[in-house]
Amino acid sequence: MTGAGLSALWSYWRRNPLQLFTLIAGLALATALWTGVQAVNAEARASYDAAAATLGEGQYDQLLPKAGEEIAQETFIALRRAGWIVGPVTEGQVGPNGAIRLVGIDPLTAPGGLGPVGGGGGMGLTEFLEAPAVFADAATAARLEGLVDAPIVVEPTIAPNTAITDIFVAQRLLNAQGRLSRLIMASEQPLGRAPLAQVAPDLVRRTAQGGADVGRLTDSFHLNLTAFGLLSFAVGIFIVHGAIGLAFEQRRGMVRTLRALGMPLGRLITLLAVELGVLALIGGTIGVGLGYVVAASLLPDVAATLKGLYGAQVSGTLVLRPSWWLSGLAISLLGTAVAATGALMSVARMPLLASARPRAWATTRGTLRKVQMSVSLGLLALSGILALSAEGLIMGFGVLACLLIGAALALPGVLGGVLALVQSRATGVTAQWFWADTRQQLPGLSLALMALLLAMAANIGVSTMVSSFRLTFTGFLDQRLASELYVSTESAEQGAALERFAASRAREVLPLLSVEAALADMPAALYGARIGATYRENWGLLGEAPQVWDRVAAGDALLVNEQLARRAGLWVGDDLSIAADLTLPIAGVFGDYGNPIGQAIVAEDVFTRLHPEVRATRFGLRTDDPTALRDALTQDFGLAPQAITDQAQIKAFSLAVFERTFTVTAALNVLTLSVAGFAMFMSLLTLAGMRLPQLAPAWALGLTRRKLGQLELMRAVVLAALTALLALPLGLALAWVLLAVVNVEAFGWRLPMYVFPRDYAVLGLFALVAAVLAAAWPARRLARTPPSDLLKVFANER
Amino acid sequence: MNAKLWLLVTLLAFATPLSTLAQGFAGMGSEAEEFSNPAPDPQFDFPADHGAHPDYRIEWWYLTANMTGPDGTDYGLQWTLFRSALAPETTQGWDSPQIWLGHAAVTTPDAHYTAERFARGGIGQAGVTAVPFEAWIDEWHMRGETFDEMQLRAAGPQFAYDVTLSAQGPLIFHGDRGFSVKSEQGQASYYYSQPFFDLAGTLTLPGGEVPVTGRAWLDREWSSQPLASDQTGWDWFSISFDAGEKLMGFRLRQADGSYFTSGTWIMPDGQTTALPDGSFDATPLAETEVGGREVPTRWTISVPEFDVDATVEAINPQAWMDLSIPYWEGPVRVSGARPGIGYLEMTGYD
Repeated sequence: MTGAGLSALWSYWRRNPLQLFTLIAGLALATALWTGVQAVNAEARASYDAAAATLGEGQYDQLLPKAGEEIAQETFIALRRAGWIVGPVTEGQVGPNGAIRLVGIDPLTAPGGLGPVGGGGGMGLTEFLEAPAVFADAATAARLEGLVDAPIVVEPTIAPNTAITDIFVAQRLLNAQGRLSRLIMASEQPLGRAPLAQVAPDLVRRTAQGGADVGRLTDSFHLNLTAFGLLSFAVGIFIVHGAIGLAFEQRRGMVRTLRALGMPLGRLITLLAVELGVLALIGGTIGVGLGYVVAASLLPDVAATLKGLYGAQVSGTLVLRPSWWLSGLAISLLGTAVAATGALMSVARMPLLASARPRAWATTRGTLRKVQMSVSLGLLALSGILALSAEGLIMGFGVLACLLIGAALALPGVLGGVLALVQSRATGVTAQWFWADTRQQLPGLSLALMALLLAMAANIGVSTMVSSFRLTFTGFLDQRLASELYVSTESAEQGAALERFAASRAREVLPLLSVEAALADMPAALYGARIGATYRENWGLLGEAPQVWDRVAAGDALLVNEQLARRAGLWVGDDLSIAADLTLPIAGVFGDYGNPIGQAIVAEDVFTRLHPEVRATRFGLRTDDPTALRDALTQDFGLAPQAITDQAQIKAFSLAVFERTFTVTAALNVLTLSVAGFAMFMSLLTLAGMRLPQLAPAWALGLTRRKLGQLELMRAVVLAALTALLALPLGLALAWVLLAVVNVEAFGWRLPMYVFPRDYAVLGLFALVAAVLAAAWPARRLARTPPSDLLKVFANER
Repeated sequence: MNAKLWLLVTLLAFATPLSTLAQGFAGMGSEAEEFSNPAPDPQFDFPADHGAHPDYRIEWWYLTANMTGPDGTDYGLQWTLFRSALAPETTQGWDSPQIWLGHAAVTTPDAHYTAERFARGGIGQAGVTAVPFEAWIDEWHMRGETFDEMQLRAAGPQFAYDVTLSAQGPLIFHGDRGFSVKSEQGQASYYYSQPFFDLAGTLTLPGGEVPVTGRAWLDREWSSQPLASDQTGWDWFSISFDAGEKLMGFRLRQADGSYFTSGTWIMPDGQTTALPDGSFDATPLAETEVGGREVPTRWTISVPEFDVDATVEAINPQAWMDLSIPYWEGPVRVSGARPGIGYLEMTGYD
């Protein structure tokens, strides 16, 4: 019985290969995008873990030089002899463009768990000390060939673009004998040691930022990617739901026959479920394969984005990890299960001898439509409430989800209403028939149109956000990168000399004074600024008190960035404590896009009073003639040319990083839109086969087949246009939520929203073109239907 | 990755310049080709020989002490500086082949605290100078203008000590005037001690500071292959009898179950008698499970020649040095016809 049942079920797919293809393709596409995003995220996470394990940066406190970039090795010895358990690190960049970070550690004093020497790495301590090797992962090792004259050993657990070796070798390769970059402090220190300030007064201690620090920073980026993956998956599941629903409707007769022949209901349901499961696995497997391709092509851009934005090192090559391909298959099964529940339940409840007459597919009865509308209104209301009251990034995405699903559910009702309105105004029989037919078609197309709505709204929302960002960012860069030249010196003494030298030659000399500090109990940086014309004229503030610049210059107030203000709940007028004995009022809040931590700016005098040991080694120089000043610096002052960067270079670099950030988003956008277009195509194609009984009377009454085909085309265009029109306000609402809620929660700063009508018009055009393409083939098939088929409708009509 | 784990694995090959398999405890039974080897009839030159001998592979400055606190509680402390060489030379800088290792411990009847430090030679983090004498690693040091009056300091996360040592007798040379043989095949080391230190100072423990007084015993030993390849470990005793004599005895355990013993009987005026193989006998009486191993913590020792027949018992059986090279080391009480106190070290129990 089971075998007969299975072959009966399979025979349906044999007769309707198109539906089988729709089902599997929909599932594959949905799974592909989801899997691709998960693969990218998993690769990034693995890289962060490797970095943390390799270098222990999040686990241990570090000692860093207060000024300059180097620590004398004698300081390390002095600290050890005073009882401080610290491990030396010398690091630098090697390779073309300094792309590879070479880290030298001392395996005898490195706090436990650093470095690959011994154990799993394979090299014994003795061998390592006699002939130290350079350890790197496979890709980095290949790039190091020929660059370093030390043996290279491949160790896959090392973070990408990083190489680890003995400090002796590192100092030799980096030409940094006797100099260290930083010291790592062990967590347990012995009793009775002299205070740090007494032993090493020129070092500052930076507390461990707690494991996976990079992971936290990049969380929002990965959350964005996951949200996109989920969106694509949802669109894909719509397709699957439609295909399954259609299949079940058309198999009602077969189901009735099987049951009449004696197949138990339970077994039938099981067979149906198993069949769906098998199809889900096939679709899922294809999807995982496609997802691998998508991820492999996106990963280099993601890696570059993460490096530029957060300094995070992510491997550019994709590794097959069970975490994402298993999740791809699982979600494919889960999605199919969700999509098929309704159909399976209706099979279970179907009376044994129910009529086998094929019903119009997915006709929506009045009550079902009402239920749908009320659910949709409920979700929209929920989204509004959450937007006003909720906190946190997950809540922000919750607002988005409710908004999108609510709007999607409302679409058929709204479209139906609009069409009814137009139909009542239509004059002429053809026109009336056209509108009535469109209304009747709506339930069948509604899922595809919902998918199209979501994809377009996402497109509008994200592109609005990106373009607003770009517009604001460019203006922001102009404001913050006001100096024409940026100069870095090697020591505080050289810095002071440079200041004296440039004082007469540049319009303004702006020293860069900063120290890491915990402000309002969160990681932040305190800056000292020379308040002059540059700040007064160039800087725009988000919120300010009267005479803000005078007050700050006089040392009576300070400025904070938006991140610090939002996260600490402060604004202009509140007080902020920047040292144990100094509290100043906030006179202004400035935007600081792209900075993950808070920042406070005080006048230079206040800063030097609080931190006299910090001396500036980097300066911004304002000048009207950058070339002349650059020549003076290199020739008269003797500064190396690499120490001078000009503003245009920095701006170009920043913009390049920015653009790359959104390449990934743009790619995902395009893919989502294509999935929606495909959904429309498949729906139209499937429906076309069942339209004959509805079109035959119209043909019999005189409409030519050619005209019918044209009307089909126009129908698709009209529906797509209406959907696009509805997608516009949804997309703008989406953009607003992204900018005002999600971005603020994720990054701490808020962007103003701009609208870009031209972009929307272009998108609308694309949607129409997609609709035409989707409808072209079904319309053509319809126009070519042999008249005999149309006639047969009347013969078979019951 | 656990530092202890990998260091344990790798330091078992510590003293192997040619990556051959480690032999004997901590690789001390491996061949030593380019290093110098001790020869009979040594001519010591003090104070220079208190310092390091970089042409020998392994060397240590090893101090153990028995102390009592104001309320009579027994305490023990250990301060050890090991030098291990990958090549028989010294250079300045990170590529020096000399590696330094420090172990420190404090034992009370209820607790045992240990600490370990590593350092590379050639950079100044650790080292020994002979005149004035200073042996140091990080902030741990044993130093003084002369070898007779020194200050000793060490610290770990839970303990610290700072004591003065004052020699009350001469240096003692073990074996044949300092040439101490370890096996029938003839492996040997240069070995002398200063067992007559008086000690006074302060222990810092989790419960607070404790002023202590007592006696200390410093061992100095260096060689390039101190063990034969079939010797798995040793049990070493240093005893100070109440009557004034002292005894150093050790038993090397061999793979075939036999033993090689040696010892020195020390009179209160510093006169010594070497105890050849077989004269000193030590037999375990009871074992305790320590550090996941069965380790004998109660012994009977006998030196028939000098009427010694005593029971040696660990003051704290749990004195396991859970460090990258693990072993047992702690203070012991001697009972029997000749009572006394001392220190016991047991290695190679795995």
